[in-house]
Amino acid sequence: MWKQSVDYLIYDLLKLEGHLGEAINFFIYDTFKIWFLLITIIFAVSYLRTHFNTEYVRAHLQGKSQLYGNVLAALFGIITPFCSCSAIPLFLGFIQARIPIGVTFSFLISSPMNNEIAIALLFGLFGWKVTAIYIGFGLLVAIVGGFVIGRLHMEKYVLMDVKPIEGELEAVKIKLTMQERATEAYNYTRDIFKEIYLYVLVGVGIGALIHGYIPADFIAEYAGAENSFAVLIAVLMGIPMYSNAAGVMPLVEVLTAKGMLLGTALSFMMAVTALSLPEALILKKILHIKLIATFFGIVGLGIITIGYLFNFIL
Amino acid sequence: MKIEVLGTGCAKCKSLEAVVKEAIAKSGIFVQLEKVEDIMKIMEYQVVSTPALVIDGKVVSSGKVLSVDEVLALMKK
Repeated sequence: MWKQSVDYLIYDLLKLEGHLGEAINFFIYDTFKIWFLLITIIFAVSYLRTHFNTEYVRAHLQGKSQLYGNVLAALFGIITPFCSCSAIPLFLGFIQARIPIGVTFSFLISSPMNNEIAIALLFGLFGWKVTAIYIGFGLLVAIVGGFVIGRLHMEKYVLMDVKPIEGELEAVKIKLTMQERATEAYNYTRDIFKEIYLYVLVGVGIGALIHGYIPADFIAEYAGAENSFAVLIAVLMGIPMYSNAAGVMPLVEVLTAKGMLLGTALSFMMAVTALSLPEALILKKILHIKLIATFFGIVGLGIITIGYLFNFIL
Repeated sequence: MKIEVLGTGCAKCKSLEAVVKEAIAKSGIFVQLEKVEDIMKIMEYQVVSTPALVIDGKVVSSGKVLSVDEVLALMKK
């Protein structure tokens, strides 16, 4: 319905045609669609989230066996918020509760990768199938990555000495009324939307120009099947882009429509969210560079494998 | 009353501190405010997501920036 309205506005009412009409149509259609989805999905996720907090997750992960702990931590990563500024208390707090570092890493990989902004954008731009693939393989990277890091016994590379707490932590659920939860979700959604709506606008704007003016052969030549290094380059380019995920993803959609392979797009988006340079710099205060490099190496390798796998299958 | 803002110096922690200051000024109560940046002290409060708010030694919120009204409500409890 929205599609028809925009088509009517651009082609019939304003009588715009050709490249310009196409670009403006795309811009208006996509911007509003994505804004709408962002608001709905962020509200839904943050409402759900009022039931758990990171302290609850920590208490719940305590004393779980290796692999089960990894799976649980990765799943919790979907629902809990993550801000790289919380990485240090989170890491040390988990050690305090005697949670193995492999399990902590599963959480640290999954939480930023499966954040609600990325999920909302993916859903709006690529539809539910690609979103499901992204979440599924994102969880797989988090589980396997955390498990492997756990097996490498790198506890000695944690540079701070944390005393484990005595006894068991109690998993306390947050008690709030429905009204309070809704208000909290509303405030959170408003704050996030204020932060990212401009990025979406700019991202879709540039995307619209590419959509209207740059021929598909051009992109296919550089990012398509002919370039066997595309996945690798995409992952490296994704590392410094964490804070701009909202602006970058609309571009990826356009590039995909113009011939970039889906595996390359997936790898790129995962690198944007999971490998964040600011987070690495923060963690460097408490972790030896060897452990951080291992973390980035394993996640990077996982993401690259997924990219090539998809390009090969699809 | 003693209020502590726990945070390692990120942007969100600074916003919470500003909100708390405003809430204190509005409330008219005499409050001792402390910003706790030492990670070891933060750990002692069993907090894993910052910024967190501690009132009279009790953690009342963690992982989010509260509004002035929310802080005022917590102070009255």
